[in-house]
Amino acid sequence: MKKELRLMKGNEAIAEAAIRAGTDGYFGYPITPQSEILEYLMEANPYETTGMVVLQAESEVAAINMVYGGAACGKKVMTSSSSPGISLKQEGISYIAGAELPCLIVNVARGGPGLGTIQPAQSDYFQSVKGGGHGDYHLIVLAPSSVQEMADFVELGFDLAFKYRNPVLILSDGAIGQMMEKVYLNPPKPRSTEIPDWATTGKPATRERNIITSLDLDPNGQENFNLKLQAKYDEIRKKEVRYEEFQCEDAEYLLVAYGTSARVCQKSVQIAREQGLKVGLLRPVTLFPFPSDRISELSDRVKGILSVEMSAGQMVEDVQLAVGCKVPVKHFGRMGGIVTTPDEVVDFLKLKIIGG
Amino acid sequence: MIVATGIKDIIKPENLVYKRSSVMTDNVLSYCPGCGHGTANRILAEVIEEMGIQSKTIGVSPVGCSVLLYNFLDVDMQEAAHGRAPAVATAIKRLIPDSFVFTYQGDGDLAAIGTAETIHACNRGENILIVFVNNGIYGMTGGQMAPTTLPGMKSSTSPGGRDVKTMGNPLKMTEIVATLPGTYYVTRQSVHTPANVRKTKKAIRKAVEYQKLDRGTCFIEIVSNCNSGWKMTPVQANKWMEETMFPYYPLGDIKIPEE
Amino acid sequence: MAKMRGSIVVDAERCKGCEVCRVSCPTGTIGMAKEVNHKGYYFAFPEHPDLCIGCANCAMVCPDGVITVYKTKI
Repeated sequence: MKKELRLMKGNEAIAEAAIRAGTDGYFGYPITPQSEILEYLMEANPYETTGMVVLQAESEVAAINMVYGGAACGKKVMTSSSSPGISLKQEGISYIAGAELPCLIVNVARGGPGLGTIQPAQSDYFQSVKGGGHGDYHLIVLAPSSVQEMADFVELGFDLAFKYRNPVLILSDGAIGQMMEKVYLNPPKPRSTEIPDWATTGKPATRERNIITSLDLDPNGQENFNLKLQAKYDEIRKKEVRYEEFQCEDAEYLLVAYGTSARVCQKSVQIAREQGLKVGLLRPVTLFPFPSDRISELSDRVKGILSVEMSAGQMVEDVQLAVGCKVPVKHFGRMGGIVTTPDEVVDFLKLKIIGG
Repeated sequence: MIVATGIKDIIKPENLVYKRSSVMTDNVLSYCPGCGHGTANRILAEVIEEMGIQSKTIGVSPVGCSVLLYNFLDVDMQEAAHGRAPAVATAIKRLIPDSFVFTYQGDGDLAAIGTAETIHACNRGENILIVFVNNGIYGMTGGQMAPTTLPGMKSSTSPGGRDVKTMGNPLKMTEIVATLPGTYYVTRQSVHTPANVRKTKKAIRKAVEYQKLDRGTCFIEIVSNCNSGWKMTPVQANKWMEETMFPYYPLGDIKIPEE
Repeated sequence: MAKMRGSIVVDAERCKGCEVCRVSCPTGTIGMAKEVNHKGYYFAFPEHPDLCIGCANCAMVCPDGVITVYKTKI
């Protein structure tokens, strides 16, 4: 079946893709810059066509707990918010990871900390990749850098979530959420009728009761569970790394950037090349698992690496870990919701990496 | 294994009047001796068995003394974060509408951290049963003051007795949710005497029937003892509950369907 | 007029000795043992079995569901 071509906002693309992916439920709450996701779904009213439940919860906390309940029933459920709202969800996310439940969480990030601003930022990398909630767990983190990827990552996210019984986070930002681009949408898929054998659906006589919990008061049991989770993350690290390279074949200097910063850096690569500098860009698509191996390989050939992120420098730490002491690694990024310009990146690269 | 037995001639299968429900698992309950939670768990199991809904039931347990409810009831269950059970139950019921969905929560869970989730699930009229076990204290964590602790009542965080001026008055969540159009049946019961146990069972049976009607939230408060938290024997605690808790939390139906 | 005679079986190992059954018994059948079970609880038992009328009040209030009740007409 053919894909449908539309001109859409990033937020709208997520919502439309959710309906087409056969999502069972969306539980959300208004917060700028992602309220369009909830609004689009309310307007589209997919309950009438696919039976998809769309509910505006009383808070981000309630929404993530609704996701927990739906996920524990084996359903495809999701929520979305922006940075402060994602902070509120952290307890629920930890519970979802601890109960090994599949779900999709979308963060259309904005500047912080605190109430911050409504302008885009990339200062939730630590929150997304290093934990966010309490305990030893990881989210699979997908970083779209176009409206197309906003749409594509919904189905990819759910596939990964169910494959590993783990929550998946789409880490976007206010620029991509709000911008309009062409997007090819998949034909609609019906909601699944398959019930995972671990889900709570009402205990028939033919099986033991299913219990969804993250509690184990026996330390040996709890440790074994944590070891199981860690083994899962190792498997994810081996099998699910995704990234894109732009002009890295002969690069002498490497830019590492995701999301909006990656779009900016693509232009920076062009500008630099016009000035005779051999610069390439590695764009991580998965932030967890991070493309550490590939960055390490590239660091054997380049003279310096610049991590570009709209933050005070969060992803740069993972780049640094991957590179070790081989070559200088620095960070460049504007904060407060300001989007970096391509020229700024090139200037900084020349000043601090090439010149230095 | 010691078994204390009465007249042996009478003990025959055809003479059986009462035994523990098969919807209870064999696990020994983790509650303190004499705790109302045990009785409440037991009668919930009895109603589920008697009404034949074991295969349709999905329960949500709280954080609190009844956190391990899923070890005692042989039904599919989910553990919820503290206070969040009504939100969890909302999703379950919306996504599996022909299931019987209940939450089982203590007063710290429902009336402190979970106030928003409680009010909003009731306000939306979610077709679930909320069982609210109110013993006026945080039992699990060692007897701290709860929103439902009575004025003057001592607890580990109100060692001089609850001081209304700095700590506020006890919250009557049941009366609050009864004012919301989304609630269909709201009642306050107890399980400390056989007569009250029978009434509470009746209330739970009604709630099961009402859930099929799709008319809103059923809310059953069970005022219970907490002999450990109150530092009394179970029998003393039940007496104290009658004398001191019931005047503030009177038993009876607060909202019944108009038909 | 027929009289009801009852007989209760208490799972003394599961009984926690809370005494709520004892105070709910209308005939004074139930007493608390002078020995403890393996958990250290003074468990309930039918001390005066002849008085039992099988009303099941005890079983109704028992928080641990340790009492099974039988009843017959005499």
